[in-house]
This record gives sequence, structure tokens and C-alpha cells, in this order.
Amino acid sequence: MSIFEQLTDRDHVFEFLAPVQSPVDVRHGPILYLEDVSVSFDGFKAINNLNLTIDDGELRCIIGPNGAGKTTMMDIITGKTRPDTGSVWFGSRHNLLTMNEPDIATLGIGRKFQKPTVFEALTVFENLELAMAADKRIFPTLTAIMKAEYRDRIDEVLELIGLKDLRDRPAGILSHGQKQWLEIGMLLMQKPRLLLVDEPVAGMTEQEMERTAELLTSLAGKQSVVVVEHDMGFVRSIARQVTVLHQGSVLAEGTMDQVSNDPEVIKVYLGEDA
Amino acid sequence: MWLTRPLQERSTQVFLGVLFAALVVVSALHLFMPEDSALYVSSYTVTLLGKYLCYALLAVAVDLVWGYLGILSLGHGAFFALGGYAMGMYLMRQIGDRGVYGHPTLPDFMVFLNWQELPWYWHGFDMAWFAFIMVLLAPGLLALVFGFLAFRSRVTGVYLSIITQALTFALMLAFFRNEMGFGGNNGLTDFKDILGFDLRTDATRLGLFIATGIALAIGYVICRGIVTSKLGRVSVACRDAEARTRFLGYRVERVQLFVFVVSAMLAGVAGALYVPQVGIINPSEFSPLFSIEIVVWVALGGRATLYGAVIGAILVNYAKTVFTGIMPDAWLFALGGLFVLVTVFLPKGIAGLLQKRKKAETTEPTPAQEATA
Repeated sequence: MSIFEQLTDRDHVFEFLAPVQSPVDVRHGPILYLEDVSVSFDGFKAINNLNLTIDDGELRCIIGPNGAGKTTMMDIITGKTRPDTGSVWFGSRHNLLTMNEPDIATLGIGRKFQKPTVFEALTVFENLELAMAADKRIFPTLTAIMKAEYRDRIDEVLELIGLKDLRDRPAGILSHGQKQWLEIGMLLMQKPRLLLVDEPVAGMTEQEMERTAELLTSLAGKQSVVVVEHDMGFVRSIARQVTVLHQGSVLAEGTMDQVSNDPEVIKVYLGEDA
Repeated sequence: MWLTRPLQERSTQVFLGVLFAALVVVSALHLFMPEDSALYVSSYTVTLLGKYLCYALLAVAVDLVWGYLGILSLGHGAFFALGGYAMGMYLMRQIGDRGVYGHPTLPDFMVFLNWQELPWYWHGFDMAWFAFIMVLLAPGLLALVFGFLAFRSRVTGVYLSIITQALTFALMLAFFRNEMGFGGNNGLTDFKDILGFDLRTDATRLGLFIATGIALAIGYVICRGIVTSKLGRVSVACRDAEARTRFLGYRVERVQLFVFVVSAMLAGVAGALYVPQVGIINPSEFSPLFSIEIVVWVALGGRATLYGAVIGAILVNYAKTVFTGIMPDAWLFALGGLFVLVTVFLPKGIAGLLQKRKKAETTEPTPAQEATA
């Protein structure tokens, strides 16, 4: 169609006016793509030629000994740390290295911190309210009104994370495990395409761990989930694909069984003598 | 609407009720009591109370950024003084040819310095509307530029406090210079009238007092509107966990900038109302000590309550008036001692004490409280 035909055709929908479901382009498969990423702090190479691909809807576990670069990797993806070299793409359209933290969050990457970080002075409900996907610029935030549909959605998530009874209590009084759940709930309110979850079950009881595993596996498929975890039992219970990081690069990748039988991995985890 | 929301709130209604009652009572006692009555409020007292209300508005502005945003500004006196200077310039131009030297346009100090014409930045200040806009614009603009640079570089905490302190100190030194064209260390004074009303009459003084009370009410409602809105909760979020807020998609530096500029403008208004009541503005208002004093008022009254800031400002300044009357040299020691005592025994200030009493009256543990106990 020529430009003229397009302009005179009353039913024509221009591409730039068409509704966009999500700006993230995953037609080519991966939702997250890290290539040759390196970063060093004062000469120490925290990340060393890291290559990692996460497919859309995948649930991926990342394990590795302390100092393997797991948290630094998350910092790079969410825009907190800039790598020295390499490229990081979200879908095939967004170069994350050119964006800042709020933009990356708005685009659809949610992050749960290693240490549960919730707003302790605010109530559980308000924590979820702030996390909710919305226009987050100054004036829309100033004039924002709590609509019934928002309230319903927050209550839904409250139900899911089991904090309904504590709805109007300050988040500061929650137990460690409850804070972890609240933070996961905040992630859900953001409706992200990709969830980065750093040690979700630290400080949780056996029972809470099971529920967390259930929740994370139920999310996969709709969203992509990357879980960094130390607890091997937990990883075994949810993992389909496992990536082992060591000294800032990928040591092994595969199913849990493949990985745990890999001689290299055994050597790293159990020391040289094993 | 975010501005009308606070009006439905009990605490704001009580605050506004008390404030307006005080305005009415003071005005009535001033106007209708015979001068020899014990209940008579003299014109001197009215002006003194007006001054306290200016300080209260300034304290509310500081509480907004410190209490709710976690930015301890030790330089809010600068915004207060800039608002004051904008008003002072208007009042100077109102003097006209009634100055000591009788020059039709030049203020006395310029004639004294042998200046031939008005500096460019003094133009327009003969018009009230222009001057009143500058009262908001001058502090607002300074806060905008300063805040933009500081928050973009993610300067927070004690470093920011030190920089704000340096800012007000630098401005003080600049305003001390005669070449700046703001009257040097004498500042601006000898005002005659405002909007055509003679500043020395009792009626004008009472009018200024009431105007200050209304400004405080409006400023309080604006601040309350902000802190009860979603933006207010985002501010608290920035205060307590900045990185988390960023990862939720909020631009922390813009939230900080917005609230900081609003606060600076309120401080400017407070300064503008202060100048006609005390009759002078000079660079001492920029002094770092004054800015620290404001923070003490807020800490004493109770952070993050707004009304606590008002109580703190009025109480401390009343104490200052009394103390400096009895033994002027002891005042700073008393202030320092007060600050130490409050920090140790009343970490949440006077407002915290009020809240504790209120809680004690209504304490019946709810099921939720028991569950988490």
C-alpha cells in the first residue's frame, strides 16, 4: 500500500497507533540475552565473559558458590551496575545498557532483593499499592485515586501471599518469611515479564518453602522467572534448567541431574580434593 | 482531589480549627479589650505571634522534606531568606522618594554607594504581583537547580546536609557584599508601606498576622495533601528504601526534586511574610546557625507529623523570647540542652508524646496484633 492509499483508507491502522500488548519483542525466542558481559571492581573480575540466554516463559535457577557473581549479574540486568564490556538485551528490541533502573522496571523486569526489602513504615496494603503497575510519573502519582478494581487486585495478591489478616499493619512488624512473601507479592503487582528472584526462601520454614516453590512454578509459562538460590533442596524441587556460575562465568548448564553429576561442578562445590 | 483529601481528615480539621480559633481570639482581644486590661493583646504581641507563625510555616516546609522524604536540609534558611529578600525589594521600592536621600527610584543604600541607576534585577519589584511571584520563583528556582544537580548524582544523607549548609553559608557571604546590590550587611530596612497600607499602623500589623495564619493553613493543607497522596507514600518509600523504590519504576530523583522545590517555595512564602512584620531583612537570615535551629524546632515537635513542626517552632521561639529576655547569654545553652534532652527522652518529639497518650487511651489489642505478638 502506498502512503496515499494508507491515508485514505479509513480502516487502516498505522503501526505506531496499534495497541501494543507489551513493548518487549520476544518473537525471536529469548526474553533476556547477555553476551560477553564483563565487569570488574578495582581489578577484581566479578563477571567474566558471561553468556546467558533466558527463554520467554522459562523458569531458570542459577546456583553458584559465594562470590560467583550472581547478585552482580542481577545488578547489571536491572541497570544498577554498568558492565565494562558486553551487551544485554531484553527481547530483541531493548538494549538494557542504555536504560536506567526505573525505565527497566517499567519495561517489565521485577526484582526481589537478597535481603527482603519492603517499606517498613507503610502498611502491607500500601506496599502493594506502590508496586502496582501504574503511571509512575510525579503528577499522575500525586493525583492517583484508589479505584475499586485496584483494591480488588491488591486483595487478590494479599490472598495469594497469605497476608490478608495483616493488610493494614505496618510491614515492619512482619516476620522474615512474611517479608519475603510481601516482596514476592510486590513483584506480582508490577506484572513483570521477567522476575529476578534473589534467594527467595532464605529464612523460611519448610512449609513456607513449599508454598514458595508452588507459587514460582505456577508463574512460569506466563512470566519468565530467574531464581538465584543457595538451598539445593529448593532448587531441585522447582528447577527444570539450572545454570551454575563460577568466578563470574557459566560453568555448566542443564537439568539438575546433569549439573550435579558434572565433575567440574562437583570440584567447585566440594573443593579440589573431592 | 489530593488537595481536598486532608480536609476530610480529623487531624487536619483539628489543626485548622485550633489555628483559626487562635487567629480570632487574638484579633478580638487586640481590637476589643481596653488597653489597661490584663487580657489585652498589644500590637507588639500580635507581631510577635505573627513572627512565630512564619517560623511555623518554615518548620512545616522543613518537616516535609526531612520527615517524609528523609532529606535533612540544613540550608532551608536560604530559601526563607530569598523569599524575604524578594519581599524586601518590593517594600524598598514602595518607599519611593520618602527615603533619607529622597531619590525617586534608588533605595537609600544605593544612593549612599553612589550608584547612578537601578541594577537590572531590581526592575519590576515596584509591582506587587511581580514581587509576589518572585517570592515563590527565587527560592523555587534555586531549589530546582540545586536539587537537580544533587539528586541526579544521588547525593543523599549527611553529604547532602553538608552541601545545603554550604549553600546557605555561601549565600550569606555573597549577600554581605555591597556589590551584590542587596544592601550588604545592613540588608533592607526602613520600610514604609505594603500594598498601600502603612506598616506602622496596628491595623496593618493585625492584617499581616492574619495573613500569616492563613498562609500557614494553606501551606499545611498543601503539605498534608502531598503526604496523604500516593506520592507521599512514594516519598516515604524513597526515605526508607531508595533502591527498592527505583526498582519499582519510580524516578526517585524526580520525587525528591518535586518535594524539595515545593518545600523551598513554602519557606520562601514564610520569609516574605516575616520581613514586613520584623521590618528588616539582612544576611544573618542565611546564617547556618539559623537553619540548624529550624531543624531543632522540627525535631522537638516531632518529625513526620507536620503539626509537630508547628508546635515545635512556636514553643521553641516562645522559650527563646522568654529566655533571651531573662538571660540572653544562656539561650544557646538552653537550646542545646533541650535538643539533647528531646533526642534522648523523646525521640519522636512532642507529637510522639501526644500519640502515645492517645494510643494508651484506646489500647485494646486487635486480633491482628495478638497474632503477630
